[in-house]
Amino acid sequence: MTETLRYYLQYDFVRYALIVGTLIGLCSSLLGVSLVLKRFSFIGDGLSHVAFGAVAIAAVMRVENDMIVVIPVTALAAVVLLAFSGRTAIRGDAAIAMISVAALAIGYLLLSRYSGSANISADVCSSLFGSTSILTLTGADVGFCVVISAAVIIMFVLLFHKIFAVTFDESFAKATGIRAQTYNGLIAVITALVIVVAMELAGSLLVSALIIFPALSAMRVFKSFLSVTVCAAAVSVVGTLSGILISIFASTPVGASIVAVDLVMFVAFAIVGRARG
Amino acid sequence: MGYEKQVVARDISFEVHTGDYLCILGENGSGKSTLVKTLLGLQKPMSGTLKFGQEIRADEIGYLPQQTDTQRDFPASVEEIVLSGCVNRLGMRPFYGRLEKEIARENMEQMGIGNLAKRCYRELSGGQQQRVLLARALCATRKLLLLDEPVAGLDPKAAEEMYGLIERLNREQGISVIMVSHDVLEAVPFASHILYMSHRDVFLETGKAISQALPDRCTRLY
Repeated sequence: MTETLRYYLQYDFVRYALIVGTLIGLCSSLLGVSLVLKRFSFIGDGLSHVAFGAVAIAAVMRVENDMIVVIPVTALAAVVLLAFSGRTAIRGDAAIAMISVAALAIGYLLLSRYSGSANISADVCSSLFGSTSILTLTGADVGFCVVISAAVIIMFVLLFHKIFAVTFDESFAKATGIRAQTYNGLIAVITALVIVVAMELAGSLLVSALIIFPALSAMRVFKSFLSVTVCAAAVSVVGTLSGILISIFASTPVGASIVAVDLVMFVAFAIVGRARG
Repeated sequence: MGYEKQVVARDISFEVHTGDYLCILGENGSGKSTLVKTLLGLQKPMSGTLKFGQEIRADEIGYLPQQTDTQRDFPASVEEIVLSGCVNRLGMRPFYGRLEKEIARENMEQMGIGNLAKRCYRELSGGQQQRVLLARALCATRKLLLLDEPVAGLDPKAAEEMYGLIERLNREQGISVIMVSHDVLEAVPFASHILYMSHRDVFLETGKAISQALPDRCTRLY
């Protein structure tokens, strides 16, 4: 096992995949705790479908670097969903469901009508369930991921106490002069960034698993916000790395392998939590 | 005053001075919570003004909100929650310093929950949870507490303790209190002023006589 691992680690693509996997795991789980507690577990799903639609638009418009389209569109959707929730005519869960299926449908429509590719269903399948592209990353891709992740992690650490205050009790935070809307907006934008980067790994349909599973697992066992956050980050990194390794060894799809590992860990944590009472 | 363009209550006019204990009473739907939100600046009055004197800024109000569903299963330690009352002291600083931790410590002791600091909030009793939130409110202010139904859902003994704590803060430390309640007989004896809101009218009572006069008048109006 270690022999094979060492053998694989010689290759750049394996090392790249592991670096990117660790960073994505870390970022998605940090936000996950706050999103789950705010009852926004489905935001990951919604935003990743929006990102899918944006990828399709970029493809149809033949934009060279599709991130130019995907990041702003997804960030805008995130701000609309998170920051304006409760103030719009259509509320929380319904708004997410609506935006998410609409974006999915538009994306698929555009792709099937205008895409030049010969094998559309394979293209669509890989963006929905995650491609093997995590194993074909270039140095530049890794650089992009490192920059985004570093930004997300630094922002999260610096805003930790404010995020806690806003998540635990938005009215109180506002009453004491915290600009809760600003922080909600920031959380929304960071979430969008994480989703866009994490989609590479797990695909549109599975990416919200990276956000919710580590947080839910950690919440079974730990009882303070700090310990839940730290534990979620650890769980997420372990899950993502083992998922990637399993997919390399067993030739399984990357995204699905990671989610399966996350599920197993969740069950384990739930049992431990139950046992502790 | 109102929300979503509906006028909930109109022509409300009152002043609160340092050391006052104002109790806002009223029927369901008479606009008590809306009034509180307006006082806190969570929503704008539809017309008219809200003035703070020299002594207090808008962000120096300690607020004890009604509990939300999110909070009941929130993984957070008592210490984390009380400290979050100091979040308005942080400004641009990212972390709490020794001063904030000291303030949090003192307020937990004062509320008799010092020994619960490391405990998980969701595992506490209703009365203990309210004390945690009161300690948090005290971290945010030394001047004015705004309490929205502070004893809702508490058993009679815990409710009585809660009223006792609030009264001590008002009497011994001179913290002004504005409390929303629909608990006429229990809440009134402590108050120095009463604001009564109903769909028909709003009136303010002051002075010692209220404790006798008010229950009378309230029963009549109900």
